[in-house]
Amino acid sequence: MEVLTVLVDIAFVALGVLAVLSGAAVFVVDSMARATYALAVSFVAVGAQVLFLQQSYVGVVIILMMVMEMAVMAVYMVMFMGMNPALMPMSMVHSNRTAVATAVLTFLLLAAGILVVDWPARRGSPPPDVTEALGEALMGPQMLVMAVISPVMVATIVAGVVLAAPRTRYDRFGDDLRQRPPDDPQPGGVGR
Amino acid sequence: MGCRRRRRARSPGPGRSRSRRGAVRALRVGGWCRGRSRPLGEASRLLRQRRRTTVQADTLLWRTGGAGLLVAAALMLAVVPLGRWTVADLAVGVVWFNAMDVMVWALVWLVGWGANSAHALVGGYRFLAHGLGYELPLMFALVAPAIAAGSLNVGAVAAAQDGLWFAAWMPVAFLVYLLGVAGFSVWGPFAPALGTDVAGGVRAELSGVDRLVLETGRYALLAAGAAFAVPMFLGGGAGPLLPDWAWTLVKTLAVLALLVWARRRLPALRPDLFMEIGWLVLLPAALVQDLLVAVVTVWRS
Repeated sequence: MEVLTVLVDIAFVALGVLAVLSGAAVFVVDSMARATYALAVSFVAVGAQVLFLQQSYVGVVIILMMVMEMAVMAVYMVMFMGMNPALMPMSMVHSNRTAVATAVLTFLLLAAGILVVDWPARRGSPPPDVTEALGEALMGPQMLVMAVISPVMVATIVAGVVLAAPRTRYDRFGDDLRQRPPDDPQPGGVGR
Repeated sequence: MGCRRRRRARSPGPGRSRSRRGAVRALRVGGWCRGRSRPLGEASRLLRQRRRTTVQADTLLWRTGGAGLLVAAALMLAVVPLGRWTVADLAVGVVWFNAMDVMVWALVWLVGWGANSAHALVGGYRFLAHGLGYELPLMFALVAPAIAAGSLNVGAVAAAQDGLWFAAWMPVAFLVYLLGVAGFSVWGPFAPALGTDVAGGVRAELSGVDRLVLETGRYALLAAGAAFAVPMFLGGGAGPLLPDWAWTLVKTLAVLALLVWARRRLPALRPDLFMEIGWLVLLPAALVQDLLVAVVTVWRS
């Protein structure tokens, strides 16, 4: 049992080191794809660390969302970024000195905070099913808030897309909205 | 190879005629024999083939993508119970499976990217466009059994199907799930990412053992998807006479056979057109299925 605890500790620390190193690699490598996937590795390592903290649901969801996000991000970065960084060596670094100074200062501040703060001792013990407890904590008393916020968020997304879309329904269906089939530069799969 | 040589030796000489039925039988036997040995022949051909190199290839990412598919498939299988045994009986096995199938997005795109070849990159983009279409319906299809079982543990989902398989009363979720499996295995209707119209797409520049590893990974993903369907929709190891593990294997093989059979019988789904099908047809269908399942589950309890 003692050996197992030590092994778990070593694995946890190794994941932390991996997360930091691959995070740093984002600013070292000279290719957009490598930078993106270095960031993905960093996130996956953090997700695995969360697994070690017994928060399996949150940990797995971090891995899932971050890999998906990075896959999509790589595509958009390669497609749309100016100076086409995908097809020539590029760097993710800019404002080098300011960035380094800010990073070092922030690190020192946070590290000092960790060491100086008088952390409280642990009270109670984790519940048997952490996922369920998390769900209760999020959705139990706040259910009303969630139920109100969700439609507002969806409406915001829809409104944002509508405002951002260069073509309106008048472009698709004509001035009296009667034109069938619609005039789409990209025909859809369901024949609207 | 051995088969062909034997047939040649048996074939009648120029002066001798042969009955039509005999010719047909010889053809059929030869065809069957050649079909059986084809995977082995293809594997040994790829093992001997020289590795093709391209200018400025990103070899690290290329190899990671190709080999990663097999790893993702193995990690998917880790949460599938085989009788009493499960490699990793995670409390959130369903989400774990989902995370692994999302990993395939990254891996296939990396294979397309790494070669530094236009055709391969087009294949990678095609796959991601497919992914945007099939992934959300697949996620919501996986939600339905989890709601009905009240658990994200794969074993608990299998155990919750006492008497009635989930496939029987959530057919839409099951179908969407199977479509998703074909999607993340770049299989059948989702094969345009590997299309001949773009010189083989993602695998355009892959040769030799790298290509073998990629193909093995695809087949492994298909098998893993079929295996995961068993605890999620087909009652797990439940069945008469045979032990649990045997039923799991039988059902897995049945699903796999269905997927292999459907391979060329469904039209290829063009990525740009499938996007709309995924979002306007499959996603609402899966959501309505989830709603029905949720209502039934609340009503039952």
